[in-house]
Amino acid sequence: MEISALLDLAEEEIAVSRQIEKKKQTLRGRTQINLFFEASTRTQSSFELAGKRLGADVMNMAVAVSSVKKGETLIDTAMTLNAMRPDILVVRHHSAGAVELLAQKVECSVINAGDGAHEHPTQALLDALTIRRHKGRLQGLKVAICGDIRHSRVARSNIILLQAMGAQIRLIAPSTLLPTAIDRFGVDIFNDMRQGLVGVDVVMMLRLQRERMSAAYVPSIREYFRYYGLDVEKLALAAPDALVMHPGPMNRGVEIDPLVADGPQSVIREQVEMGVAVRMAVLEALAQHLPNR
Amino acid sequence: MPRPILLANARIVDPSRGLDSPGAVVVSDGRIVAAGPEAANQGTPEGWEVFDCAGKAVIPGLVDMRVFVGEPGAEHLETLETASRAAAAGGVTTLVTMPDTDPVIDDPALVDFVLRRARHSALVNIHPMAAVTKGLAGEELSEFGLLKDAGAVAFTEGRRSLRNAQVMRNALTYGRDFDALIVHHTEDADLASAGVMNESEVATRLGLPGIPREAETILLERDLRLARLTRGRYHAAQLSCAASLDAVRHAKAGGLSVTAGAAIAHLSLNEGDIGSYRTFFKMSPPLRSEEDRLAMVEALADGTLDIVVSAHDPEDVEGKRQPFAEAADGAVGLETSLAVGLRLVHSGDVPLLRLVEAMSTAPASLLGLAGGTLKPGAPADLAVVDLNRPWVVTEEALNSRSKNTCFEGAKLSGRVTRTLVAGRTVYPYADGERGA
Repeated sequence: MEISALLDLAEEEIAVSRQIEKKKQTLRGRTQINLFFEASTRTQSSFELAGKRLGADVMNMAVAVSSVKKGETLIDTAMTLNAMRPDILVVRHHSAGAVELLAQKVECSVINAGDGAHEHPTQALLDALTIRRHKGRLQGLKVAICGDIRHSRVARSNIILLQAMGAQIRLIAPSTLLPTAIDRFGVDIFNDMRQGLVGVDVVMMLRLQRERMSAAYVPSIREYFRYYGLDVEKLALAAPDALVMHPGPMNRGVEIDPLVADGPQSVIREQVEMGVAVRMAVLEALAQHLPNR
Repeated sequence: MPRPILLANARIVDPSRGLDSPGAVVVSDGRIVAAGPEAANQGTPEGWEVFDCAGKAVIPGLVDMRVFVGEPGAEHLETLETASRAAAAGGVTTLVTMPDTDPVIDDPALVDFVLRRARHSALVNIHPMAAVTKGLAGEELSEFGLLKDAGAVAFTEGRRSLRNAQVMRNALTYGRDFDALIVHHTEDADLASAGVMNESEVATRLGLPGIPREAETILLERDLRLARLTRGRYHAAQLSCAASLDAVRHAKAGGLSVTAGAAIAHLSLNEGDIGSYRTFFKMSPPLRSEEDRLAMVEALADGTLDIVVSAHDPEDVEGKRQPFAEAADGAVGLETSLAVGLRLVHSGDVPLLRLVEAMSTAPASLLGLAGGTLKPGAPADLAVVDLNRPWVVTEEALNSRSKNTCFEGAKLSGRVTRTLVAGRTVYPYADGERGA
């Protein structure tokens, strides 16, 4: 399915979510299992609501991650769940490629809800939807993705999707937080956030995990915030109507100033609403391809 | 008493004499009586066993000096017996086992255990390497003298690298007094840290943490400086990238007692083979770029790389059917390394004589073993190879107990048709079916 068509479908889902009667019948009788090997309140509840609004029976499985036998748990759990005959599995895993591996082992449809530092496709879709609703287009927009790009599946998926839709991507980060050979991705790279933000239409901030300090990627929160935190002053360098986005959960005072996070240009809360709509659209599009026997 | 054997009408390839010519091989009492053009003129006395080797090559059996076996401690992965069957099928007549077993081979009694188990159950010659440090802990030296007397052919930390430069310095210095060879896997643990494949664009696209080439080259360069300082005997077990080869060239030009090895995988595969998280291609060192592979092939041809090993490392389904980052490293290779190596011969990149030297003569000589040659008087450890015979690798046909091959479904040219150890045919087996 075309990305634009998926976003159009998501627009319809927004309307459904805003009605009193929020229920559709598309997935009636279907079983959706949310299998999260990594905790994520936001994504999991988003998928849960999306499934329920389409009429599916949704079950959440939070899999306790033992430190040693992670993979064993993955395959074993997959086979166990497969035997329960779900129609759709929504999977989040801390290891890149794990969702694909699991998809090879089960017979039902699998949706990637984020795998390691690899991809997080529905996040990129919801970001694209949010941008398109405000800007009316994606083509030709300048989008800055800022922060811990090295460890970010959100950044990778957004680069792929927004580029496909004709946006120009700038990456802003200290060099330690950029992955190898990222310059081959057709993006512009800035280590100076002030330079990178000039004239952009969208500023997408990424979460900085605290453990990046202990692993010597960056020296301290105060230094990071000074040079790479989005504050009012730096945001002023972007286009006057630039959107401020964040996939959440935010670290206020680390990568983003509370004044900006909760300010007039922020669409961060709207991203959450778009998350439900996009996941409904993905599930509904998938429903057309589910076996009917 | 077994009858004398004549391998007639063969192409004789013996790097120990620089010999590559039509001829024959005569074997008697487990030893080679003659091998070469002259042997062809001795006729066929009554009662000899004669094999017509028309269209085939006879080479000294391979000496594979980097083989991980599960015995003792992980016999479900591979035993000395199953490894030896795999070896025989691949033309390997001597295999050298690594000490990272459970328990670690760091005691003369354990060296003796491996040798006795091998004598009892194995089809080919087996020699153990012992640990450089007790328990592979990287701290106290193991007993080089006693271990060597017990039969350890060299000292290595196996899959691990020695982090402490002072321990490496002392190992090389103390080892010199016992003429002990230190074989080292060079990977800086801190630089490699959480890495699971080559650090590159491919890794970034897959979202996998990378291992920079520098993790290998920095530790190698440290070791080479220590080899210069101590004048100890040093062998880099398994190199993977172009920069490391430059370091080895430089060290050799300086006259150091230094050699270097490569696994067949790094001469034949690159990081692109990982494709979509194929864990059978996860190994240490990781598969590098195609440029690195080409540099490795060139280094094999010019002798910078002295030795080629299989780095046979059996892993079971539990270890491999995992998300890539969590999967075990390693691939089996005893049965396929010669045929895969022959790809380089068929492509014209490496002469046959050079490949056989790197897989047989050079390791035998480095470890002071009797094989690796077809000279008269040498043990009749040899392989008959149909250099152009096509075959397809299949898991089911592998003799190894573990099936984690990088070459499942690969079409290879060149098949071992007979393997002799001390004059006894160990492949094909007596029942004529297995592994054929």
